[in-house]
Amino acid sequence: MSERGRDIVVAGLTKTFIVPEREAGLRAATRSLWHRKNRAVRAVEDVSFDIEPGEVVGFLGPNGAGKTTTLKMLSGLLFPTSGRVSVLGHVPSRREKAFLSRITLVMGNRNQLQWDLPAVDSFEMNRAIYRIPQRDFERARDELVDLLEIGDLVRKPVRNLSLGERMKAEIAGAVLHSPRILFLDEPTIGLDIGMQKRIRTFIADYNRRSGATVLLTSHYMADVQALCKRVIVIHHGSILFDGQLSSLSERFATHKTIEVTFQDPSADLAVYGEVIARDADKARIRVPRAETSRVAARLLSDLPVVDLTIEDLPIEDVIEQAFAGGD
Amino acid sequence: MNAVARSTRLPAIVDFYITVMRVAVQEQFQYRAANYAYMIGMIAEPVIYLVVWSTVANAQGGEVGGYSAAELAAYYIVWTLVRNINIVFTPNGWEWRIREGDLSGMLLRPVHPIHYDLAYFAGWKVVVVVMWLPLAAVLAAVFRPDLTVTGVEVMVFSVSLLGAYLIRSMFLWVLGMITFWTTRVTALYELYFTAELLLSGRLVPLNLMPPWAQTLADFLPYRWTFGFPIEALVADLPTSDLLSGLAMQAAWTVAGAALVAVVWRAGIKRYSAVGN
Repeated sequence: MSERGRDIVVAGLTKTFIVPEREAGLRAATRSLWHRKNRAVRAVEDVSFDIEPGEVVGFLGPNGAGKTTTLKMLSGLLFPTSGRVSVLGHVPSRREKAFLSRITLVMGNRNQLQWDLPAVDSFEMNRAIYRIPQRDFERARDELVDLLEIGDLVRKPVRNLSLGERMKAEIAGAVLHSPRILFLDEPTIGLDIGMQKRIRTFIADYNRRSGATVLLTSHYMADVQALCKRVIVIHHGSILFDGQLSSLSERFATHKTIEVTFQDPSADLAVYGEVIARDADKARIRVPRAETSRVAARLLSDLPVVDLTIEDLPIEDVIEQAFAGGD
Repeated sequence: MNAVARSTRLPAIVDFYITVMRVAVQEQFQYRAANYAYMIGMIAEPVIYLVVWSTVANAQGGEVGGYSAAELAAYYIVWTLVRNINIVFTPNGWEWRIREGDLSGMLLRPVHPIHYDLAYFAGWKVVVVVMWLPLAAVLAAVFRPDLTVTGVEVMVFSVSLLGAYLIRSMFLWVLGMITFWTTRVTALYELYFTAELLLSGRLVPLNLMPPWAQTLADFLPYRWTFGFPIEALVADLPTSDLLSGLAMQAAWTVAGAALVAVVWRAGIKRYSAVGN
């Protein structure tokens, strides 16, 4: 049973690691034998959010922001230092069977299939681990093999698969038990564009068909734009933003881009804003967000404009600005 | 038996054990040559002990501590089977598992990781026992063991192999879990190994050890993982000793399982899931 109708409830979640530290060199190493110095590193600090059933949420942040640590606490791998977590009504750190049977965590750079065996053997092991009735297992396995187009691959030893092939097999193995919640940590990392797209399509399809909740971290904004209406931005362990992806620009983008097509190659555009690109009859001008309308109106009145488009900054730039503002 | 029948008729945990054992067998079949090399290396250890003690026995008129050279041959040939059976997941493996974050994948499964280790190593044994048979035949042909067994001895020996496997699994799991606190546990494992060598019947039959060592061995788990199973088959123990030995194995298994539960509960809170 979910809490207050929400699949995931996180309140004041904090995780502190105690990390030994010393200076470089033999002398410091010797001194550390007697005087061990530890430092408390707060990886996640007072993080709170709720996720509704069936939502697909992007969890964004630079390396070391606390994304993976949060996912590990949500999936029961790590004990929180303080705060409260409820996933499908369970406290993840108790690692109850009923909880673990309903979630999955896919880590893009970690292999969970048996390395030396074909993926079908690992699937069979997952059948036994998750107690999937044989008929349901066969149906789910065949469906996943079709959807991910891995019919030829699942009979080769996993060690002989390419990264992309392996990732598809990993995802198939991870959702064989029809989890209600998918924690996906960089599921497309290192994959080529085509493979990224294939995985994204699968995740969107899985969410649509099963109504599963998805919490996804990715450094590829294409993943986030394709899958997530809502994003949570975390930086230095704290939440910077939690809202619609479309609102992210309003909150963090300080500028917009005006693309203007006109018939005056000699016009001085620098007076309107920062000229990012210019051809004979076309230019892109970066202007402060608050002044966008005024600058657009001036361009239309001053120049023989054929076409004018106002664009938000690319999402990558917005995120970068968000992180820069959070430093 | 097909998988459909299995999953409907067998309890889930039995299905899990059989499936993981099968996976282990399949994996080990991929490394036949490596397994044989490993086994030949492993057999070198008892052969050295056997040659040394046979030499001592022959020098003392054909017997040492009540063992003839042929009885010593029986002891150490059975030793090789017991050793194959009591190989379990080691603390070194634990170090790797925690340092590389491999434990994370196991923690995500709705099955306690000890079941996976017990099942996987049990499956591995199916392969090594099959590979052991020709080596045992060669050892028997070379060293000519004196071994006469009764049905009861064979039954107790078989059960005691399971006991040895469980006890050693539990205690080495406990030792391995110290990695949750110390990151490295190899030195402690070396200490465990040394004590095991001396007090288990691994280096030498326990009744060749001084009385104080034999008394000490009675209060430690080691002899129940080596000496007792071997003696159950080769030493003509009275039935009462055989049964009390099995009872001791059961007691140490329960104690080991309790320790595993306590240390696991405390240790898992310290797991930092490094290495992603």
